[in-house]
Amino acid sequence: MQKFTTLTGVAAPLEIINVDTDMIIPKQYLKTIKRTGLGTGLFSEMRYNEDGSDNPDFVLNKPGYKAATILVAGDNFGCGSSREHAPWALVDYGIRCVISTSFADIFYNNCFNNGLLPAIVSREDLDKLFDDANRGANATLTIDLEAQEIRGPDGGVVKFEIDPQRKQKLLNGLDDIGETVHARGPAIDAYEQRIAGNRPWL
Amino acid sequence: MAPRTLYDKIWDDHVVDTREDGASLLYIDRHLVHEVTSPQAFEGLRVSGRKVRAPQKTLAVVDHNVPTSDRSKPNPDPESATQIETLAQNARDFGVEYYSEHDVRQGVVHIIGPEQGFTLPGTTIVCGDSHTSTHGAFGALAHGIGTSEVEHVLATQTLIQKKAKNMLVQVDGSLPEGVTAKDIILAIIGEIGTAGGTGHVMEYAGQAIRELSMEGRMTVCNMSIEGGARAGLIAPDEKTYAYLRGRPKAPQGAAFDEAVRFWDTLRTDDGAHFDEVVRLDAANLPPIVSWGTSPEDVISVAGVVPDPDQITDEAKRISKHRALEYMGLKAGTKITDIGIDRVFIGSCTNGRIEDLRAVARMVEGKKVHANVNAMVVPGSGLVKQQAEQEGIDRILIAAGFDWREPGCSMCLAMNPDRLAPHERCASTSNRNFEGRQGFKGRTHLVSPAMAAAAAIEGHFVDIRNWG
Repeated sequence: MQKFTTLTGVAAPLEIINVDTDMIIPKQYLKTIKRTGLGTGLFSEMRYNEDGSDNPDFVLNKPGYKAATILVAGDNFGCGSSREHAPWALVDYGIRCVISTSFADIFYNNCFNNGLLPAIVSREDLDKLFDDANRGANATLTIDLEAQEIRGPDGGVVKFEIDPQRKQKLLNGLDDIGETVHARGPAIDAYEQRIAGNRPWL
Repeated sequence: MAPRTLYDKIWDDHVVDTREDGASLLYIDRHLVHEVTSPQAFEGLRVSGRKVRAPQKTLAVVDHNVPTSDRSKPNPDPESATQIETLAQNARDFGVEYYSEHDVRQGVVHIIGPEQGFTLPGTTIVCGDSHTSTHGAFGALAHGIGTSEVEHVLATQTLIQKKAKNMLVQVDGSLPEGVTAKDIILAIIGEIGTAGGTGHVMEYAGQAIRELSMEGRMTVCNMSIEGGARAGLIAPDEKTYAYLRGRPKAPQGAAFDEAVRFWDTLRTDDGAHFDEVVRLDAANLPPIVSWGTSPEDVISVAGVVPDPDQITDEAKRISKHRALEYMGLKAGTKITDIGIDRVFIGSCTNGRIEDLRAVARMVEGKKVHANVNAMVVPGSGLVKQQAEQEGIDRILIAAGFDWREPGCSMCLAMNPDRLAPHERCASTSNRNFEGRQGFKGRTHLVSPAMAAAAAIEGHFVDIRNWG
């Protein structure tokens, strides 16, 4: 998995609350058997017109935002379906960090398995970051995961929250499965032996 | 030991190990797998040369994108066919039991788990699908996971988890006539909001919950995720045991009785701590209809479309204006004046036999309105078979409903069952998000009985004084 340490880039404002995973990646893109290539489907129902042309009103189609690597979004980002296609689509498009006041649980978990940083800020700071993001390509943000800071174009600094356990995982680009298999194998064996005695019906 | 909640007990029972980073490794007793969120996980196993650790604790079924038309004909969608064949191949390669679209046991993953007795009290159950919360109706800790986590569970039979907080949802009183489990859960989500349960496991308790059938309890737990909670729980009782006894994958004979002795301990202790408590009086609940594009956007069928200008929070006000525009509705419109084009009966929320019976009772001897196209998609092949034995199919077909093969169908519209732009649907499913049932489609979430009455009248009706 790709590590996340620092990131400097254009931030696109998506001033919508409760952005759900159907909105992030609609179902017609879920028929893939791969993890890659979903960037074209990102936000497709808002991003494209019915004839498939770009909708000029959608933020990622506006000049300066096509190369965005950061998304600033309203409360409760990523609610709804558990589809990991949502972080896959964001990362495939080039987004490496989403900033919001809150994230839905399953989406939040999925981010950390894909090198995508979900940064939680206060409502007040989110409004500040929306202002920065609205200034387009001239106003890049710098995200420093180690320091848990977002540095704005005018020298302003916003602190963000992140689960400390998962912060390390992003910083190191760790693979959970390898760790569980190698370090926890005996504990899993012991647990299975115990329940075979306690709950034989399972 | 300090008093514990039901969630605390199941959690404690499944902790395999505590990691250096403070997270827990949780043992997973049951893993359900479907075609859409699993291909990349099996591919990951192949690339790393890993096996499925406990194939006997894993059950695979095709449901999300399978067509609900005649299954004797080839799948018209090559991408869907590839995804289905990939699951079949993965199940063969990794030794996992698999119900294909030609198997009578096939159906929506959250319907077949309980139906087969694969879902049991006190277990941990995961699936790459957010409506895994359904299984909480049996007193199982059940929630959706992403595909990377699916791979983790396949490889290790465990999941890395942080413990959630406890939320109690107490539903007192008895439901009035015409008001159902669906209305209970829609009312709860309306009350707490779509992020109200984030970071929590909800336990539903109280007289109204006890009085629900197992199928009604599944409807309630199913939509816990729509209130932001990953899991919902209901303590098992005699109804739970009666439902499970004799199911193919449930323990049999003396083993069942032994299991019941353990299941009887799965109760929240007196004095256990809940971080949040929500109370609702079932006796005052009306039938509920969603009006917007979030499951929190709900109102009584006797009410009107709310006015977003009354909302003080700016972001929320903008979002609700956007919802009304998307839905093509004006504030102040009576809910019963909203005309519909489509009706969808089915899904993991309301695709079980009691749901189909409720619809049949409402429409027997009547005709679907000329402006309405109504479809019924049974939740599983066994639900379909049962309905056909009871003559429900004949009642529905005579009324003008389209009687289809089992699957997720128009709940998420991955297969050809979908709304055309601007079509308005009374749906028994769980999500009214923008585009959920089809590009620019408009979804109103309701109970099966409410959807049935709307199908006949061509608009919403208050079923408390109808028919």
